[in-house]
Amino acid sequence: MSLLNVQHVHLQIGEHDILSDVSLTTDPGEIVAITGESGSGKSMTALAIMGLLPDAAHVSGSIDLNGENLLSKTEAQMCALRGQSIGMVFQEPMTALNPVKTIGDQVAETILVHEGVPKAEAMARAAQTLQRVGLPRERFPLSRFPHELSGGQRQRVVIAMAIALRPSLLIADEPTTALDVTTQAQILDLLKRLTAEDGMGLLMITHDLAVVADMAERIIVMQHGKIVEQGQTHTLLREMKHPYTRALFAASAHEVDLPQTQADTPLLQVNKVSRDYRLPRTRLFARPGSFRAVEHVSFDINRGERLGLVGESGCGKSTLTRAILGLEDVQEGTITLDGAPVFGAGRPNLDVRRKMQVVFQDPFGSFNPRHRVERAICEPFHLLADPPTGQARADVVAETLRAVGLSPDDAQKYPHQFSGGQRQRIAIARALIIRPELIVFDEAVSALDVSVRAQILDLLADLCRQNDLTYLFISHDLSVVRTVTDRVLVMQSGKIVEEGPTASVFDSPKHPYTQSLIAAAPRLPNLEGLTHA
Amino acid sequence: MKRSLIIGSLLSSLVVLAALISFVWTPFDHTSLNIPDRLQTPSAEHLFGTDHFGRDMLSMIMVGSRTSIAVAFVAVGIGVGLGVPLGLWAAARQGGWADEIIMRGNDLIFAFPSLVIAILITTIFGAGAINAIIAIGIFNIPVFARVTRGGALSLWAREFVLSARVAGKGAARISVEHILPNIANLLIVQATIQFSLGILAEAALSYIGLGAQPPTPSWGRMLADAQTMVSLAPHLALVPGVAIILTVLGLNLLGDGLRDWLDPKLRVART
Repeated sequence: MSLLNVQHVHLQIGEHDILSDVSLTTDPGEIVAITGESGSGKSMTALAIMGLLPDAAHVSGSIDLNGENLLSKTEAQMCALRGQSIGMVFQEPMTALNPVKTIGDQVAETILVHEGVPKAEAMARAAQTLQRVGLPRERFPLSRFPHELSGGQRQRVVIAMAIALRPSLLIADEPTTALDVTTQAQILDLLKRLTAEDGMGLLMITHDLAVVADMAERIIVMQHGKIVEQGQTHTLLREMKHPYTRALFAASAHEVDLPQTQADTPLLQVNKVSRDYRLPRTRLFARPGSFRAVEHVSFDINRGERLGLVGESGCGKSTLTRAILGLEDVQEGTITLDGAPVFGAGRPNLDVRRKMQVVFQDPFGSFNPRHRVERAICEPFHLLADPPTGQARADVVAETLRAVGLSPDDAQKYPHQFSGGQRQRIAIARALIIRPELIVFDEAVSALDVSVRAQILDLLADLCRQNDLTYLFISHDLSVVRTVTDRVLVMQSGKIVEEGPTASVFDSPKHPYTQSLIAAAPRLPNLEGLTHA
Repeated sequence: MKRSLIIGSLLSSLVVLAALISFVWTPFDHTSLNIPDRLQTPSAEHLFGTDHFGRDMLSMIMVGSRTSIAVAFVAVGIGVGLGVPLGLWAAARQGGWADEIIMRGNDLIFAFPSLVIAILITTIFGAGAINAIIAIGIFNIPVFARVTRGGALSLWAREFVLSARVAGKGAARISVEHILPNIANLLIVQATIQFSLGILAEAALSYIGLGAQPPTPSWGRMLADAQTMVSLAPHLALVPGVAIILTVLGLNLLGDGLRDWLDPKLRVART
């Protein structure tokens, strides 16, 4: 008999159908992955199983755990089950822990809530559980607070809380999405090990197909609240009966053809740049310390070159971006564009800024919600000595919107009327409108669904063919950097540890850090290999 | 949710309407004494009764609302006019000396009990509506400066502000173009609440005789005049008391309702 048996579940919230006819099972010791893009209903399925749906929700069908129907249980009975029989791990380890309680207390709390054991015994079991998730007591005493741990370590604490009572089912909702690749690999290994040791069923929700293919024994693909395909990982990947599954995999492995360019005249020159941040004072009259975020970094971008910059969070990529854009001054070294410094005499050099634009990560945060698209994308005109006005301006706006695949009529709409991918097109339009010589893409596709990401990458390649773009593409996502750049820099702890042509760095990394990054990145299985197997 | 907005705006507009009508018409002249008719209970002729000089209470309430509204309005104006630019400036120079000076100055004003200082100011410079306005207005400045700075700080971290900086716009221009429109909701709600607090403060000042001087009627002084006769004619205290309560209640409900209504997240859902 299956551990978890979900049959014909329909979910309505208010007037909206969220899930329709969702049926799935999980066996003890089995890892099942639910995958799909945003809005596919994968997280709602998890919340329905946990009984954590909003009040307006109406569920029909049946959800059985160990033969007991969860839908007929009262809230009090569900409270007894949550934590005891079903554990849950959330995406964001920064917010899933209470910042004012020690990690020992938080893990022990799960035990105390469900079993009337003395506090001392609960703490002892908390210590054991933390040991199991790789936080041994000698190095991580129970008295640690969440802020004293790294993101990966916090996620381990969250997992410890979920498995403290050895639940029969663990639901993990995007457990590694907020983590760096090397940390992600470790957490995935941990989840795999725990599933095997405890004979626990693991229902994992993730948008990342490479993770799914690597981890899961069975895959469930969802779209618009329906399950479009499910099956054993190997079989499903080989057959891919449903066109949506095929599209999803194709988009994940999407590659673009960049036109060849001759790039030998330097455009941007970064020479031995260091950037310090002042730390807060520890005592009232003590000199504040400083933290060196970027240390003696030097590189050039040649005209027509597409340069990638990869590194994990906290490596100094964002600091370097701000320095290049002239938003902040640097403590040592120089940054010049066409020989002119980007920041001089205490202020950004606007003559240089005219030649540079940027596209940010968050398609929702990068527009003033109260400005129409036209006003938003014309903002860089502020840099021009005589910006176009009247009909000329309208023509430039229309032309730019068309270049990024939008309609000129969109100029009069507000940002919230567009989807995430369309907003990212608008952001690119804003960067293109003054025809800059260098564009900085700061994690520009990281927040997008795979199919939208593939379209934006195609757009980028198209724009390269039409305009000979020069850009700096900053990302933590190695597969994306690989396809859209000619040359790549790898950054670790504020230093550039390796640089070279993209293909050769990825195929034969020389620095140990690059090697570990590439080894840790989850990879999509070679689909052609599977077909012939 | 919508209900508080409707009730709040009805009550508030009732008061504003009464004040506006009083400029052109009141049932009786609010200054004319009519001793024989004094201390009458509400009747068809005098809807709210008459006071100890026989003046019509309804007329006095109507004219008195002018004072309350004018004092509160100008006091909020002082708060918005000085506090918002200061808050924007502090947020734009976050952590710099301007931020420190502005915010520590705010703390200094906050450290004093506002009503006591208002009494001090009006005692030193003389009782009167103008001095009451200034005294109440000064204490509105740090409120608006803080609300503005708080809202602006989170916006300065947003990517659209970074984009504007990349487009070479200066701090002042970004504050006006990008920050201010996005905190307007916050300020409108805060202004409504400060408005009601201003009406209360004016009533308190004129209750102890430091607000608008006779013969200008004011709700606070009507209450003060009534207190010796509460057992004799309770309506003398009830009428201005209820007027103050309903006005403050109305403005608070309006502020609450506006906050919900202006919430951009809910508005996106509406369009």
